[in-house]
Amino acid sequence: MMDDVVIKVENLGKQYRLGEIGSGTFAGEFVRFIQSLRGKKKDDGLITDNDRTVQAKKGDIVWAARDINFEVKRGEVLGIIGKNGAGKSTLLKMLSRVTAPSVGSIKVNGRIASLLEVGTGFHPDLTGRENIFLNGAILGMTKSEIKSKFDEIVDFSGVARYIDTPVKRYSSGMYVRLAFAVAAHLEPEILIVDEVLAVGDIEFQRKCLGKMKDVSGEGRTVIFVSHNMGAVKSLCQTGIVMKNGTMDFAGNINDCVTQYLRINTTDNEGDVVIDKKGTGTGEALIKRIQMINEEGNTAESVLYKSPIKIRLTIDSKVDIPKASLDVKISDKDGSILFHALNIYHNQALPLQLGENIFETEIHNDLLPGGFLASVGVHNAATYYTMDYQENVLGFEVIKAARNAADSYPYEWVVAPAMAQSEWKKIK
Amino acid sequence: MKETFDYEISAKRNILSFNFKELWKYRDLISLLVKRDYVAVYKQTVLGPVWFFIQPLITSLIFTLIFGNIAKLAPVGKPPFLFFLCGQTFWNYFASCLTATSNTFVANASVFGKVYFPRLSVPISVVISNLLKFSLQFLMLLVVWVYYYFEGTYTIQINFTLLLIPVYLVLMALMGLGAGLVISSLTTRYRDFTFLVGFGVQLLMWATPVVYQLDTLALKNKFVMLFVTYNPMTSILEAAKYGFDCGGSFNPVLLTYSAVFAALLLLFGIAVFNRVEKTFMDTV
Repeated sequence: MMDDVVIKVENLGKQYRLGEIGSGTFAGEFVRFIQSLRGKKKDDGLITDNDRTVQAKKGDIVWAARDINFEVKRGEVLGIIGKNGAGKSTLLKMLSRVTAPSVGSIKVNGRIASLLEVGTGFHPDLTGRENIFLNGAILGMTKSEIKSKFDEIVDFSGVARYIDTPVKRYSSGMYVRLAFAVAAHLEPEILIVDEVLAVGDIEFQRKCLGKMKDVSGEGRTVIFVSHNMGAVKSLCQTGIVMKNGTMDFAGNINDCVTQYLRINTTDNEGDVVIDKKGTGTGEALIKRIQMINEEGNTAESVLYKSPIKIRLTIDSKVDIPKASLDVKISDKDGSILFHALNIYHNQALPLQLGENIFETEIHNDLLPGGFLASVGVHNAATYYTMDYQENVLGFEVIKAARNAADSYPYEWVVAPAMAQSEWKKIK
Repeated sequence: MKETFDYEISAKRNILSFNFKELWKYRDLISLLVKRDYVAVYKQTVLGPVWFFIQPLITSLIFTLIFGNIAKLAPVGKPPFLFFLCGQTFWNYFASCLTATSNTFVANASVFGKVYFPRLSVPISVVISNLLKFSLQFLMLLVVWVYYYFEGTYTIQINFTLLLIPVYLVLMALMGLGAGLVISSLTTRYRDFTFLVGFGVQLLMWATPVVYQLDTLALKNKFVMLFVTYNPMTSILEAAKYGFDCGGSFNPVLLTYSAVFAALLLLFGIAVFNRVEKTFMDTV
């Protein structure tokens, strides 16, 4: 039974036409209609990949998702991760039958309930009680199912006092909690969850995560989409990484998270040459990022306790007396650990027309493991970002030291980095 | 390993498939949507459901004054107020079914974009909730009818075609739903149709014997007469008025014509709706 495939996705793809929908005029529509009658291909637009940074021409056709194949087994908890615009939402919409695919098919066994949003169909004028029933029914529950769970739902939401008040009088927190409470008590065979956990306060978020864990513990199938790598890792066993509308990687969730964070980081050997602008005005562009070891060569790893040296090559179109340069170091889950910034040390560096090379030396308190660096160049006077490249350089801190005194003492890691601390005996 | 699946999601469309089983599964949703429509409309009003009565009453009074006394469109020897109230009550059912269902996709885009449920449940719930509204107004019509029956100024006979009223209702519901489905599908691409519905329904009212009867028209203009006769709503309104013995006529042939028209319109509506519902989120 455990090997039952409950969802089988084959060659799934979805196209979108960019720009205005329709050709704008009735005459244009008429021409397209005639062409379609004559069996001509009515789309003359260029078919492109889903790379959103490249400006598209009107009428271009884009594959928001393409060539997607995977299977989900009963009781599996699958995480779908990817950057904004990678096609996650399109995939979810197709899985939850909100929109039909352009090609391919999804075969499903069992009842799917999708939570792309909480509180879908809540009517502001209806009371909490009435909305529980309405929302439950929209999500596919029957009246008697809702009735039997009504008390639990109210309990979970914690808004029992206001249950007969119209929801438009609720605070936004109460509203969301009531909405999630309904959703959490769905009992479908397959549950599809989008980033609904990004709502509510920390305590409520924890409650939601707990509930999701319970759901998956009961042997139900869950498909979960989130940007929260921690949540994805703790909930899911397997995962899919989406990139530019296609599947970039599929497999064990830990490998997926690593892969996701590495999508930007090409196999670099400590030396990354960039040909595309990141986020920012583009007045200055980061062209090259190098990790420099003690010998002065580029390297993709750094010794335990050895300083991290990062060299930035920046092409500038402007002259700026005070530039701000930053390097953010993140752990392999993408959480930022610390920030190295020249203006933090009141150190103003000028940016001149043409090529500039900067180097920073960061005190290394990192424990062995994989890390990522994001780099940026900004105007320190206006705070405008000229170029910012996220998670562009991957590197490793290795379990070897310059000398015996610095050798790595522990086999367990509590945190990704150690803190600078001084110790003394008081008594 | 099991290789059979409950259902398949693909690009294929079955234009005439009408998944009644699935719709039946969602009957609780339909009933809750009906309840929502009913409860939410008159929340925060003092008079509440009394508004259901006020609208047709006042409109019929005005009609009696203008079309009855001035234009003399009401039949001789029958109570004009009953004549206009009857026309109003029945026409309103069709008109509100049509206007409300024609808005299905645009009004529910935010819900449809997030959750799957049979899309048809929304227009169906609209037709049902309008039926509730109609039945309240119908009760009022019955009261007025009974009043005139006993009051004695006019002679009103009990007419057994009155029993056919449920049939008229079904026909109007099917036509309202059918036309509404077509229009709601078109509005996903072209919002022009939302404007068209508003005044189109008004125009259609003048092409239907609501404030006049077919007999009156017959004496005036042959061409208009022909046009109005083949309006599928005509035979229904005429028959309803006939049932209350306040004018109108009963024409089984034309009623059958209306029934066939209603069935075809609904089929066409479902076909267009099915074509649109799978991908409307991309264009709406």
